Amino acid sequence: MRVVIAEDLALLRDGLIRLLSAYGFEVVEAVDNGPSLKRALLEHRPDVAVVDVRLPPTFTDEGLRAALDARREIPGLPVLVLSQHVEQLYSRELLSDSSGGIGYLLKDRVSDVKQFVEAVRRVADGGTALDPDVVSQLLTRRSRDEPLKALTPREREVLELMAEGRSNAAIAGKLFVTDKAVTKHTANIFAKLGLPVSEDDNRRVLAVLAYLHA
Amino acid sequence: MNGDAHDRAGVGGLAVVRSLAQALLTHVANLPLTILLLVSLALVPLGVGLVLLPPVLLAVRGLTNQQRRWALDWSGVEIPVPYRPRPAEASTAAGGAAGEAARKATRVARWTATVRWLLRDPASWRDMLWTATNSVTGLVLGGLPAALVVYGLEGVLVMPWMPDLRTFGWGPFWPLGDYGLAGSAGCALLGSLMALLGWRYGPPIMRAYALVNRSMLGPPRGRLEERVRELTETRSETVDASAAELRRIERDLHDGAQARLVALSMHIGLAEQLVRDDPDAAVRLLAEAREASGTALTELRGLVRGIHPPVLAERGLDGGVRALALALPMPVEVTVDVPGRAAPPVESAAYFAVAEMLANAAKHADAERAWVEVRHNGSALVMIVGDDGRGGADPARGGGMLGIGRRLAAFDGTMAVASPEGGPTVVTMELPCALSSPKT
Repeated sequence: MRVVIAEDLALLRDGLIRLLSAYGFEVVEAVDNGPSLKRALLEHRPDVAVVDVRLPPTFTDEGLRAALDARREIPGLPVLVLSQHVEQLYSRELLSDSSGGIGYLLKDRVSDVKQFVEAVRRVADGGTALDPDVVSQLLTRRSRDEPLKALTPREREVLELMAEGRSNAAIAGKLFVTDKAVTKHTANIFAKLGLPVSEDDNRRVLAVLAYLHA
Repeated sequence: MNGDAHDRAGVGGLAVVRSLAQALLTHVANLPLTILLLVSLALVPLGVGLVLLPPVLLAVRGLTNQQRRWALDWSGVEIPVPYRPRPAEASTAAGGAAGEAARKATRVARWTATVRWLLRDPASWRDMLWTATNSVTGLVLGGLPAALVVYGLEGVLVMPWMPDLRTFGWGPFWPLGDYGLAGSAGCALLGSLMALLGWRYGPPIMRAYALVNRSMLGPPRGRLEERVRELTETRSETVDASAAELRRIERDLHDGAQARLVALSMHIGLAEQLVRDDPDAAVRLLAEAREASGTALTELRGLVRGIHPPVLAERGLDGGVRALALALPMPVEVTVDVPGRAAPPVESAAYFAVAEMLANAAKHADAERAWVEVRHNGSALVMIVGDDGRGGADPARGGGMLGIGRRLAAFDGTMAVASPEGGPTVVTMELPCALSSPKT
């Protein structure tokens, strides 16, 4: 799998290259600023890009903007955005084209190597990986919503994991229940939130996220 | 004659000459300038006035600066110059045919900037008032010593010997007509008295005139004193608040992230020792170490948010306020109309002010919905935060609102709270600031 990495701190950049190479990714280019990122994305059209939000020259949201720009030119280009902090504002922008292939994680998550690599693969496959912090922010914001209040604690757990972008199988593994049980929970959740049911994992995740971001 | 008396005579003589100069200058300059000012002001609605005003106002400034110099040199009265500094001019470097149009546009822009600079300065308006009133005071008070001496000398030197002239009468209070010798003696006596008076009291009269000028041409004093008091107060509040804030950050770092990093390095060190003999225990320790690093990072993130929220650094006030609104458990309508960026400290103060008001709306007011409006009115950032909660918010009771009021005051900002019992609450805050041009 071909990866482009954008990270301005040399230590972290080398760490990411080493980590992803160790898991069989081919790092085609690692850049340290916004303009080179945009060029690298358009030139290599990688299977997935791992991008830091804050990059030179402006040290604002250069990386995020470059990634969003590139996705406008290459629709669905998988991008996993890393940041020291997560904002609903940014997750909303990243997910706004609802074409999937988007990840948005705290940099800390890299320390759980297995989960991080899994997230990168998921994004490369057109899936979603949303940081648990963003999900909990989203749920706090909607805490007064009647439909969300109607969920059972278990359904809420399933909803959180789904919002993070996990497939039904992964949720079942994580909660130590059968796939069938998870399917039943998701059906209940979709009914309570009034969302159209879908067989496809990715589409289900995007529907849940669109609901939470509304 | 002793030295003191001699000096006084010398100064008296000088004062008379100076008084004469003052009267002449007033006569030549003040009246014409007053008329020019009135004409240009009257023509402002037609637009012509805007072209006429700057040179006239600058000429007035030339005259007032002359008066300030004389007040200092002649009477030792210092009149500080109250004018605001002229704004820096934007430089342009364009050539060719496009350059001609650009230069024309620049000239117009420069002229507008000058007009704005002159008209927005309260000192200009005080200058205009002075120009008009000094047409009288400059002659009556400034010219008094010279008038006394000249008229007095006329009474002594001319009137007694040329009785024919007395047909018209001479004298300050009653005209001394043709009364023969008595009239001549009266003229001489009264004239010498007046001349002596002008000579003796010339310097104090000129000083009095300088003081009158100072009251009109110097910076208004009461306002300055008020301002100094206000600045002293807000400065000490700001210093106190930032010292308390630094102490809080120090404590949080010391008890939080720092302590966790110590534990982290201990865990790693132990794991290093154990890795050969007891690999399982080493793995357990490393897992704990990773957990500790995660907690430390979360704490640092919280701390950073409190110091300067990253989203504010990345997206400015617009993004910062929108991110705030998204974090609240109720719908918040956000309108931001700020063309450009304020200075970082101002942006930060504005952000925390809005954050506090929104947090109040969510926590204390039990609001169903809230709204935020942020705009720039040309000279200040205006932030209005409203909610439909239960109201009854009172900044005087202390707490977050009071702190925000103080933080805004450090920037000469203001806060007005309208929060009747039962709601709604509307807080209007203003922060004077200029905007830098938007990022291109």
